[in-house]
Amino acid sequence: MADTTLAFAHGDADPLRLAGESVVAHDGPAPKRIVTGYGFWIFLLSDIVMFSCFFASYAVLVGQTAGGPRGSQLFDLKNVAVETGCLLLSSFTCGLASIAAGVRSQRWFQAAMAVTCVLGLAFLALEGREFSGLVARGAGPTRSAFLSSFFALVGCHGIHVSAGILWLLTMMAQVFAKGFRADVLRRLLCFALFWHALDIIWVALFSVVYLLGSAV
Amino acid sequence: MFGKLSWAAIPFDQPIPLVTGAVVVLALLAILAWVVIAGHLPYLWREWITSVDHKKIGIMYTLLAMVMLLRGFSDAIMMRSQQAIAFHSQGYLPPEHYNQIFSAHGTIMIFFVAMPFVIGLMNLVVPLQLGVRDVAFPTLNSVGFWLTATGALLVNVSLVVGEFARTGWLPYPPLSELTYSPGVGVDYYLWSLEISGVGTLVAGINLVTTVLKLHTRGMTYMRMPMFCWTTLASSLTIVAAFPILTATLAMLILDRYFGFHFFTNEAGGNVMMFMNLIWAWGHPEVYILVLPAFGIFSEVVSTFSGKPLFGYRSMVLATMAICIISFTVWLHHFFTMGAGPDVNAIFGIASMIIAVPTGVKIYNWLFTMYGGRVRFATPMIWSIGFMVTFIIGGLTGVLVAVPPADFLLHNSLFQVAHFHNVIIGGVLFGAFAGYTYWFPKAFGFRLHEGLGKFAFWFWLVGFYVAFMPLYAVGFLGMTRRMQHYDVAEWRPWLIVAGGGAVLILIGIIFQIMQLVVSIRHREELRDRTGDPWDGRSLEWATASPPPAFNFAIMPDVSGGDAYWAMKQRARQQGLPYNEPTYRDVEMPRNSPTGFMSAFFATVMGFALIWHIWWMVAAGFVGAFATFVAFAWRDHDEYVIPAAEVARIDRANLQQRRAALSLAGSL
Repeated sequence: MADTTLAFAHGDADPLRLAGESVVAHDGPAPKRIVTGYGFWIFLLSDIVMFSCFFASYAVLVGQTAGGPRGSQLFDLKNVAVETGCLLLSSFTCGLASIAAGVRSQRWFQAAMAVTCVLGLAFLALEGREFSGLVARGAGPTRSAFLSSFFALVGCHGIHVSAGILWLLTMMAQVFAKGFRADVLRRLLCFALFWHALDIIWVALFSVVYLLGSAV
Repeated sequence: MFGKLSWAAIPFDQPIPLVTGAVVVLALLAILAWVVIAGHLPYLWREWITSVDHKKIGIMYTLLAMVMLLRGFSDAIMMRSQQAIAFHSQGYLPPEHYNQIFSAHGTIMIFFVAMPFVIGLMNLVVPLQLGVRDVAFPTLNSVGFWLTATGALLVNVSLVVGEFARTGWLPYPPLSELTYSPGVGVDYYLWSLEISGVGTLVAGINLVTTVLKLHTRGMTYMRMPMFCWTTLASSLTIVAAFPILTATLAMLILDRYFGFHFFTNEAGGNVMMFMNLIWAWGHPEVYILVLPAFGIFSEVVSTFSGKPLFGYRSMVLATMAICIISFTVWLHHFFTMGAGPDVNAIFGIASMIIAVPTGVKIYNWLFTMYGGRVRFATPMIWSIGFMVTFIIGGLTGVLVAVPPADFLLHNSLFQVAHFHNVIIGGVLFGAFAGYTYWFPKAFGFRLHEGLGKFAFWFWLVGFYVAFMPLYAVGFLGMTRRMQHYDVAEWRPWLIVAGGGAVLILIGIIFQIMQLVVSIRHREELRDRTGDPWDGRSLEWATASPPPAFNFAIMPDVSGGDAYWAMKQRARQQGLPYNEPTYRDVEMPRNSPTGFMSAFFATVMGFALIWHIWWMVAAGFVGAFATFVAFAWRDHDEYVIPAAEVARIDRANLQQRRAALSLAGSL
């Protein structure tokens, strides 16, 4: 138990033993934490495949504006920059929460998670404002195939962030109620992976949709 | 209050679905009443519904597949009889009903027969073959099963409440868009598959993690039985392909529910994008189904030839090659849609290349049999039937992989004959071989051999009589999915095909009889040693049925064909086994999480189909509450004390010793 926490706290260089020391091959089943983390990585890969479909459909439909507005006429890069800032900062505070969990500090953990939550909500609020603004200008998802794919891709990320916040609040409540139990720590590991993965997807989304889109 | 749902949704004017539905509902109510009155409910709840034991979940998957096979087959026999009759006439099925039947047949056979059958067998066998006590995520496993059952349930609800899709088993737009399919049929399709798709994805994640991370001591990757390798390949393909299905269907849902323009004719939507996306999932799906079957044949052929699998390494390589190449051939499903000669040529060549590793496998099985002492037990004759049938199906596949030939055969009954040839001859025969092979492991008694052989011959002959005529009638230009026709040359072939369906029906009746007779004669068919076929891998090293913990002591493995080696050693060194030191075993506790989340998923799916928004919200809250309740529990394991482990294990060891010394003296 102590080892797990330590590895968790110091962001073990290879926490999932991906470098393939042959633990599995010769010494029987891998420990639970490794199995859980590994399984969650596989899930994240599948999630990224799903996002890649929405990226692909965006790439196919980006020119199909049906006489409606193009990306460069719609995107507000300042808003997007603030959104990006919120999300990246929330990843940092999520990392702080992991460290706090590692040293078993209830207070710091709750504080870091709360800040993460606020930043996530701020991101969602900004995205919601952008979406409602577009709909109000007659550039909703039903306007053109381009806008359909835009709303679906960005919205899919937004739904993930919302689910993440629901998960985050559940984890805060659970840590408060149950403390840093082994199974709770495993769930925190998965949550942190999920939250960071959403950042990675946002980086791709930011580049492909907003940066490239503003150029045309 | 109830969205689009009203009494008009019940098809009072259509006797066939109404009567069928009524009979099914009454039968279900009767079974339920019997279960409750006879007091079996607590047993079912405790031992099955809330079970997180991989063996029981595997059995439930397989049972679901078999029940749904009956539903899918009744659709099939209706189609064959309709086409046998409907020459210059309307037959007995009106077009809107006929269209639902062929759509439901394909959907059910792929998603709720073939998928749960192979996933069930993988679940049952893989942890045993790896020498471990359970899969990586036992409760998630239960969630996966029950979500699959939800999908199956929703498809069957569509029989009596509303309608099913009339768009074929893949809902091609623009036909599946709201403009052309305003009813709830396509919505039933979409939500059933979105929900069961999540179930399949978690099963895939679970099995990948199990095969890669959970092994007994010494079980290196290159010592794993071939079925574990094909499970790995199939599950990796699930993880990479099923999200594509989820995303594609989600786009169609957005089109239908919120007026998006992904695949519409208007506002720049792109129909071809749907074809590309759905087949980017759809072709790998074929290999998701057939790879586990290849694994089953590898186990069966090796066991019943009394030899190690020929060319194990090449088999592993071929399996993983198929896993990757399966993602590079999807466009051959629509050569005719104008991608141009260069693109068609590339995908045509890729489609031919994927036949190479499959050919490697066929040769490996043949060379495994060569020089072996082949026993023609039921699982083995299914395997031999497969090899002959699958080669024919594979060759017609290579034929339609040639784009110019495909232009003539596309969308014809030749196509229908081809994919039934590989799916029945490959996946289903494999599933039946695995069912007969592992049945004694799951239940502790063998299936009746004689009836099994009758079933096999009726299936095999029935298959050829039903589908070879479809190749011919495809060459004669008959397109698929025709409710009636007026070409005289087609008719004799279609009547013969109808006769084939009847032969298959007799095969199915023999299978049901086999099960009933075997249960009644289970004492004579009892497998006391846990090793009824003289097996080679670790699932035979434990009792039949295995105890909850599978292995009292995790086995030590020092080579391939682990249990065969153990038996050899035991025979040579005289004393078969010494008494090991038993320890307490920790096992995951049962949990209703899977059942409850599937219950709420059913509520949510039904509400989404009928636009009952408050019920959607209620279902979501319920599902979330279920997961929170699961996360909040304090004890997730229970302990089986060492004395109990010892008692169970000693009984089995005694039987095994007796069997070994008997075999040694022969």
